[in-house]
Amino acid sequence: MALTGENEITPDPVEPVVLPTVAAVVDGGAPAQDRKSVKAEQRRQLVRDPSFIIGALVLLFWILCALLPALLANYGPDEAVVTADGQFLARSGPDGTAWFGTDSAGRDVYSRVIYGARNVLTVAPIAAAAAVAAGAILGLLMGFFRGWVDELISRISEAVLSLPVILLAILVLVVFGTSKLVIILTVAALFTPVVARTVRSAVLSEAQLDYVTSAKLRGESSWFIMTREILPNITNVLVVEFTVRVGYAIFTVATLAFLGFTSDATAPDWGNDIASTYTLINANQWWPTIFPALAIASLVIAVNLIADSLDKALKS
Amino acid sequence: MARFLVRRLLLSIITLFILLVVVFALTRVFPQDVAKQLAGPFAPQQRVDDLNEKLGLLDPVSTQFGRLVGDVVTLDFGESYSQPGVKVVDLIRPALWNSAKLVMLALLITLPLSILGGIMAARRKDTRLDRAIVSLGLASASIPDFVSGVILQLLIGVKLGWLPATSSSVPADAGFFTSLRFILLPALAIVLVYFGYIARITRAGAIGVFDSDYARTAYMKGLSPWEVIKKHVLRNALQPTVAVTGTQMGYLFGGLVGLERVFNYPGLGNLILRAALAPDLPLLQTGVLTVAVIFMLATLSSDLLIAWMNPRARLAGGEN
Amino acid sequence: MTMIEPNLDPVDRADPATAALAVQNLHLAYMVRGQPREVLRGVTFQVRPGEAFGLVGESGCGKSTTAYAALRYMPANGRITEGHVLANGKDITEMSNAELRKFRATEASMVYQDPVQAMNPSLKIGDQVSECFEILGHGKSESMDRALAALKRVHIAAPESVMDRYPHQLSGGMLQRVVIAMGLAKDPKLLVLDEPTTGLDATVEAEVLDLVRELRKETDAAVLLIAHNLGVIRTMCDRVGVMYAGKMVEEATSDQLFGEPRHPYTIGLMNSIPRLGLRKTDRALSTIPGNMPSIGTDLPTCVYVSRCPIATDICRSDVPPVVQLGDGRWTRCHHSDLLDQIVEPLAEVPEHLIPDDQVVELNHVSKTFRQAGHAVPALVSVDLGFAEGETLGLVGESGSGKSTLAKTMLGVHGPDDDGGTITLDGRPMKAKATDRRGEAIQAIQMVFQNPDSALNRSWTVRRILHRTVTRLTDISGEEADRRVSEIAEAMRLSEHHLDMRPRQLSGGLKQRVAIARAFAGDPRVVVCDEPTSALDVSVQAAILNLLATLQRDEKTSYLFITHDIGVVRYLADRIAVMYVGRIMEKGLTEDVFNGPVHPYTEALLSAVPAIDGVAKNRIPLQGDIPSPADPPPGCVFHTRCKYHIPGTCDVEIPPSVTVGPRHEIVCHLPIDQMPTPVTVTLSQKN
Repeated sequence: MALTGENEITPDPVEPVVLPTVAAVVDGGAPAQDRKSVKAEQRRQLVRDPSFIIGALVLLFWILCALLPALLANYGPDEAVVTADGQFLARSGPDGTAWFGTDSAGRDVYSRVIYGARNVLTVAPIAAAAAVAAGAILGLLMGFFRGWVDELISRISEAVLSLPVILLAILVLVVFGTSKLVIILTVAALFTPVVARTVRSAVLSEAQLDYVTSAKLRGESSWFIMTREILPNITNVLVVEFTVRVGYAIFTVATLAFLGFTSDATAPDWGNDIASTYTLINANQWWPTIFPALAIASLVIAVNLIADSLDKALKS
Repeated sequence: MARFLVRRLLLSIITLFILLVVVFALTRVFPQDVAKQLAGPFAPQQRVDDLNEKLGLLDPVSTQFGRLVGDVVTLDFGESYSQPGVKVVDLIRPALWNSAKLVMLALLITLPLSILGGIMAARRKDTRLDRAIVSLGLASASIPDFVSGVILQLLIGVKLGWLPATSSSVPADAGFFTSLRFILLPALAIVLVYFGYIARITRAGAIGVFDSDYARTAYMKGLSPWEVIKKHVLRNALQPTVAVTGTQMGYLFGGLVGLERVFNYPGLGNLILRAALAPDLPLLQTGVLTVAVIFMLATLSSDLLIAWMNPRARLAGGEN
Repeated sequence: MTMIEPNLDPVDRADPATAALAVQNLHLAYMVRGQPREVLRGVTFQVRPGEAFGLVGESGCGKSTTAYAALRYMPANGRITEGHVLANGKDITEMSNAELRKFRATEASMVYQDPVQAMNPSLKIGDQVSECFEILGHGKSESMDRALAALKRVHIAAPESVMDRYPHQLSGGMLQRVVIAMGLAKDPKLLVLDEPTTGLDATVEAEVLDLVRELRKETDAAVLLIAHNLGVIRTMCDRVGVMYAGKMVEEATSDQLFGEPRHPYTIGLMNSIPRLGLRKTDRALSTIPGNMPSIGTDLPTCVYVSRCPIATDICRSDVPPVVQLGDGRWTRCHHSDLLDQIVEPLAEVPEHLIPDDQVVELNHVSKTFRQAGHAVPALVSVDLGFAEGETLGLVGESGSGKSTLAKTMLGVHGPDDDGGTITLDGRPMKAKATDRRGEAIQAIQMVFQNPDSALNRSWTVRRILHRTVTRLTDISGEEADRRVSEIAEAMRLSEHHLDMRPRQLSGGLKQRVAIARAFAGDPRVVVCDEPTSALDVSVQAAILNLLATLQRDEKTSYLFITHDIGVVRYLADRIAVMYVGRIMEKGLTEDVFNGPVHPYTEALLSAVPAIDGVAKNRIPLQGDIPSPADPPPGCVFHTRCKYHIPGTCDVEIPPSVTVGPRHEIVCHLPIDQMPTPVTVTLSQKN
């Protein structure tokens, strides 16, 4: 039968149904679904998802670069490229000696790109993790207690969210300086309201469920209900939120470095390198800028691909 | 509806006030001696003291904050520190206009494209077209704006030479289309960032509507797919799109600091960055507040638009 | 696989080309990862012009899939793999998309569950109704006129103003009328109704069903009705088909089917429902062991063989024949002559006297909510007591305050501080559960309506029960482990189930876990809030049996909230009737069913579509239940009461009248003028 879209409704959830391992002989009802099979199914869906595989491979590559840059780099990050005949090689385009060319100081762009992974891959995940931790705590408090706690934190969050993250970050960094710690704390603090809002709405819908009422009926404390009853049910939300935030943190940290807000402007870092070279594009010296730019793009895309696939798999 | 408006406005004012406190607190704890920095490293102490006196930087914190609130209420933000004699508003106004031009052009291209893409993807859910729109959108939206800016600058501005690679050197006598050429490249970078984002939001909204019982009712009435989209889907599916566009206005006006720097574009973001580095406190505070006000006006308008689209929100008097 | 298809009566039902709907050997599968999974395994039936045909069966049997397939509407991954669907002689499985649209626009319509979702929230009712006429080629203004006429036809109050309203401004019952008006706009030859009244209150349901019945006579449309509520099917349909696992197992007229079912599955279904005034002391309810085979399971012989009480070897080896029983009636069974071997279960609960002492007692308890600055009295001075081992059934329309009463008693929200008390063994309890300690917190527990919501999905069953035992009793350590096993055994949950998480359990098993949790701390009173309304009837039977025997053994009291009059009559020792936050009547179950009763009780009892036949003198309830924020003066029921005495009922608050032992009615009527509930006649339908 020819079916075009117009006769379609969304598929009923026709999951592969596995019969319960023990026959529920006492009564009928819908056949149960095996939890293990659910988890396995989610995993299976992930590893079959091409965007997850691509994302994971790219991310793994950059993690390898961050951990063992010397393994892949041809030169040191600050080492000048010298040709076989002892020639000092600056501002030369990509070729066999310097795969991605050299910058105006004669350093190998390829090696700097490899070394540049470390900074962003330390700062971004730590900041994202801190933001998710803080946001989870605030979100739990807001969603569970509602009332004035919720109102107060919401108002402050709204104020923070009404300005672009990058603008607030600039303000804070101008005041408190640009050490690595300050950058991490700033990014974490600025991401916290968004995470808190996401967690809050997840907690709100959990708190409406009857198992929370049931816990109250056996006299459980609020702390117990929040951490033991509700928290385990929102871990999926936290995992996805963390991945998404890592992506945004890379985005933010790179932009800050590009604007000069960086702990060490000469250190190998993609944002730094773009900042110090981008004006040369007009002189057609594109390689010291474009390769770090592509590195940032590939990393952020990879992280977002993973986040997207995770979200899809965990929701299924 | 009136109650809804009043409530929204009150909330916005509270938010603005909190923001004012935050910005004030941050700028008051500047580690550098602002006056010294302004006067220059070799200025005599007397000049620094005079400057401190003149700018009121030695007054009690409460007086200073009161003055700031007064400035905001009277909409008179005084003179810039870094360019003495120039009114802050005279610096903000052109930057704001520049940002507005860029944003309008970018949205004019982005919105129709991404709405069309989102609806098509939703209608053909799980087909190759859908997957292509979703993955391309995800990829383009992930890349930081300054990175796509740099790449576009190289490819279209330098290698192909189709458009000017920077936006700063607009000839004084440039006509409409010439000026348009100068801002097209940064606008395209914004399109790259937002196409995917808005298309994905639209897609999600449209999928919800296509799957709804009332879409089924419409099909069961015997309506054709196009009639169903036109009469039943669009109005309901575009509400998230409108909401998201509203919340992104703050970012578009004040957050494109990196992109504006790549193209040397004299927008608000660039201005605020300069003010922060100077440090030019009145300019900084005013610039930041301008962005916040734009954000609030934009979200308010998108809420109103949604209320118009959605009678439930409109008639419930803003309970939702 | 060869299949003997029903050889239908040659005179009346032979020619599919003249049927309003003829489903012929329909096989439908969902594609899951490229593999077809069969949902419908050869369904055949006809709906003759002007006839109402019902499809019954438990969830997952394929009845809704069949209904949608009748209009060729199916999931994106649904495929008709074999068979045909003819509507007035046209094969809709072979129509082009344009032809299909024309068919839907002119000949067939569908009304389904949840009218709120079925209407576009952002378009006015008038525009949505007129669309049905525009598509037939009428101009805009003519279509609007016709839309207004269509709304008048379904007796909507103030149709002109309804035209200008948005869906969220109308009640569910009104919206369902609008949906029906749209469905009938084209004077369809076929009307498909999929659970049209599920989710509506019994009183509203009765009105909607009356309307459909009336319009059917008017239009002579053929009706295909899907409902899980057998009472709805019984009162609405001429013929009924029983579906099981994607196959029809029996077809008969509805009087034949409900009077004398001829398939083991139908018999199991009928015996699992409390009907004909059955009480728990008469006998336990029948249950059907096991589960319905899931979609895509290979079922080469009889689809019911794994759960059939009279199955023999031949049932496992051979496809059952279609046994013609005359008059178009047939059953698909090897042993249609051995059906009397299926025995009814015995009584498990003895008659017992209810003691006078109250375990938990509510005295003058009120609860007022604040909503946008307005006081909304949800409970008004409620007096209610629970004796040891008794079941108090609480009935009333939705919004009457049943759940608020339960939650206030449980301490989920504290009652108003106006002198009302909740006592345990005569001693007052703290208002909030979070302030209650020891005995007070242990005393009252709850079984919720929806076990998916009530059980923490990341906890194992063992942890759920263990935590409850240790929190509510002094038992701990190994003793608590033993206690958990004991409880599980009492609920007929195996050790294996204890290590599972809720998601791994079927609906019935989940509700058992929820009951186990409620009983784990030895409560004195258990609140059961519609504990079986989300379950299929055979599962409901098992749960009701369990609750009855637990009460017999543990001497626990129940507050049993339900909308199902049959269930309340079966299980409850006493009944309380609520309306707008007030208790209108309290009495022993038999007394309430024998009368005299409150006029509201009379209407409530008569609204229920009876599975045993049709009540001749139904008492319609006009209008909607008043908002508790703005209750009518005097008697809150006077606005809808057909016995309403002007000058009295709308002015004075009625007194509580004792009409018999333990039987109180809050009404102005003299006792001898109070109504007696209608009795359902077992005779033929009108």
